Amino acid sequence: MLLAISLAFLIEKIILITVILFGSLGVAMYATWGERKVAAAMQDRPGPNRAGPFGLLQPLADGLKLFMKEEIIPNGSTRWIFILGPCLAMLTATMTSAIIPWGPDITLGSHTISLQVADVNIGILYIFGVLSLGVYGVMLGGWASNNKFSLLSSVRAASQAISYELAMGIALIALLMMSGSLSLRTIVEQQHGFWQDGYFSWYVFKQPLGFFIFLVCAFAELNRTPFDLAEAENELNMGYHQEYSSMKLGFYLFAEYINMFISSAVMATLFFGGYNFPFMDQVAQALGAGSVWMALICVIVLMIKVIAFILLFMAVRWTIPRFRYDQLMNLGWKSLIPLALFNMLVTGGVILWLLK
Amino acid sequence: MQLTNRAQAVDRRPMNFVEKIYVPAILKGLKITISHAFKRNPTIQYPEQKRPFAPVFRGLHILNRDEEGRERCTACGLCAVACPAEAITMEAAERLPGEEHLYREEKYAARYEINMLRCIFCGFCEEACPKDAIYLTETVMPPNYNRAALIYKKEDLLIPKKN
Amino acid sequence: MQEALFWIVSFIAIACALGVVLSRNPVHSVLFLILTFFAISGHYILMNAQFLAIVNIIVYAGAIMVLFLFVIMLMNLNADAEPQKSRLVQFAGALSGGALFLVLLAAMRTAALSPLEKTTNDIGLVANLGKVLFTDYVLPFEISSVLFLSAMIGAIIIGKKGDAPNREVASGEQLDGMDNLVNTEQLSTGANANLPNAFTEADELEAIS
Repeated sequence: MLLAISLAFLIEKIILITVILFGSLGVAMYATWGERKVAAAMQDRPGPNRAGPFGLLQPLADGLKLFMKEEIIPNGSTRWIFILGPCLAMLTATMTSAIIPWGPDITLGSHTISLQVADVNIGILYIFGVLSLGVYGVMLGGWASNNKFSLLSSVRAASQAISYELAMGIALIALLMMSGSLSLRTIVEQQHGFWQDGYFSWYVFKQPLGFFIFLVCAFAELNRTPFDLAEAENELNMGYHQEYSSMKLGFYLFAEYINMFISSAVMATLFFGGYNFPFMDQVAQALGAGSVWMALICVIVLMIKVIAFILLFMAVRWTIPRFRYDQLMNLGWKSLIPLALFNMLVTGGVILWLLK
Repeated sequence: MQLTNRAQAVDRRPMNFVEKIYVPAILKGLKITISHAFKRNPTIQYPEQKRPFAPVFRGLHILNRDEEGRERCTACGLCAVACPAEAITMEAAERLPGEEHLYREEKYAARYEINMLRCIFCGFCEEACPKDAIYLTETVMPPNYNRAALIYKKEDLLIPKKN
Repeated sequence: MQEALFWIVSFIAIACALGVVLSRNPVHSVLFLILTFFAISGHYILMNAQFLAIVNIIVYAGAIMVLFLFVIMLMNLNADAEPQKSRLVQFAGALSGGALFLVLLAAMRTAALSPLEKTTNDIGLVANLGKVLFTDYVLPFEISSVLFLSAMIGAIIIGKKGDAPNREVASGEQLDGMDNLVNTEQLSTGANANLPNAFTEADELEAIS
């Protein structure tokens, strides 16, 4: 019944999980390289270019450096929580990728392979659950370091994450009212193609305000500039990972980039049609629906959208300065939440009016 | 007093609606930064690519020899007097018979030191020298971890003898 | 398979619940409590109530426990700061706790445990749960939302107390711009008014969830 699992299914899923895990690790690795390149381009300099052509081996060199460094665990720290912190950060960062539909089903003979690890019918809530747990990595790490800067930083990070999660949730409710489903696969399939029934099918055209609020909240959730108050160097030295060294520090930094990748994927899925692209019906007809080539094109389309979002995150980071803490709270509680509530009410009204 | 015509008075009016929602300002900023991504970057890839020295560049000192390979310096002390950083110290000695192939004049510098930590590479010593003995080359001074090693002795400064 | 999972999850739940009570460090207690919530969510999933499971994680593990952790971290509780309780208090505590345990045990012993009926297993899914909440249970649902609203308002009023005359400064335009940084008087009142505000908002969230 509920847990009937066949061996073939298990193998298929394990392969998929491995591919997605290593894929997101790889993307995160090259996101660090991309971040430095983007920063360099915007500041009229070449960026890393010594390790390999265009500095492409730089992430490997950085990783190696982090591995080689000395592991320091401060004396006053709570040892096991100090170690648990980065592990949790990494764990929650990778967990979200499980429910993102990376492409349409592939049909091989009678066998159908789904390019999604788990199509749970509470998909979006799962993302929120994991997101809300992501705070613990930062909080526990900052507390266990036994350093007042780390503690302050982790408190900041957590209160910021909680505040913006709320606006994010309300912005999503409007989208969910339109889709009528929490499953990401259903939401993607509703955005089929690009033009449907005389209007754009992607949700960004139906929920522009919702998307905007979601985007701002995603910036805040990711602790990225302009909301990177947890890492405000001039106020808090280095932030919650002040006492961390070696690969534990690497995990924190890495988790940040994985989070960026996954949240870009979530945004592309929810608002930008996921793996859908214009004229996909014609392409599917030419290649045969459910063929491997079609799935490949879809995955590439999704990746292009994700990379566009990552570039946006980076461009914003190197453009604007960070907010002050009271500005951050004002923006979250006094602007975004009322705006999201307004968006929700208007959406509800329009849906009722259309249904009548 | 107005120095440039670029000065602007600070606008302290309360922000209007468009300014308050930040987004147009952020987009404006993005436009600027992204436009920079398409500009030629002025970086010079140093070890492979080097900037040419200016014709007036002044680097490490050398003590010159004449065409017969004898030291030109007579330890007159004019360079030490001219030095604004007081980096040059010397001690004179009298040439003994049989040393004519080593020193050009009857007097020579037995000890000649330039403290490179003090030197400001102004080139006044070069200008003051009546015997054309000291010159500033186009070599950049190599750094060192050791203070003592940066006080250049006569042996460090003298150009090697041509044979 | 399902039964095995049930036993594993139950064991984790009980062990972690014991850990909450027995660990001396309050932060460890909170961590154990989070694990307990996870185990309970596991139970919900076994009952095919995925919505409840994930909401349990979002609300309890994700929001409320973070606020707990906040308070505990900022209070800086540790073994040195723990007040030494007198023998009498310890004895009284043990006595009353034991009495409660006895009462519970007696009640459990006499209570008739009717075997649980197996019903349709889809009540925990979002759509069904929503329908039930907004048709059969709409009155309790709305009443509880009013309760939460009152808690929210109460939190705001507590947060506002004491600096009521300064509210105009805090909520006005001045905090938006950098201009007012020049005026130190304004700045200090603004900062004072703003700090408790942030905490109130955290309380509000608890009330909402």
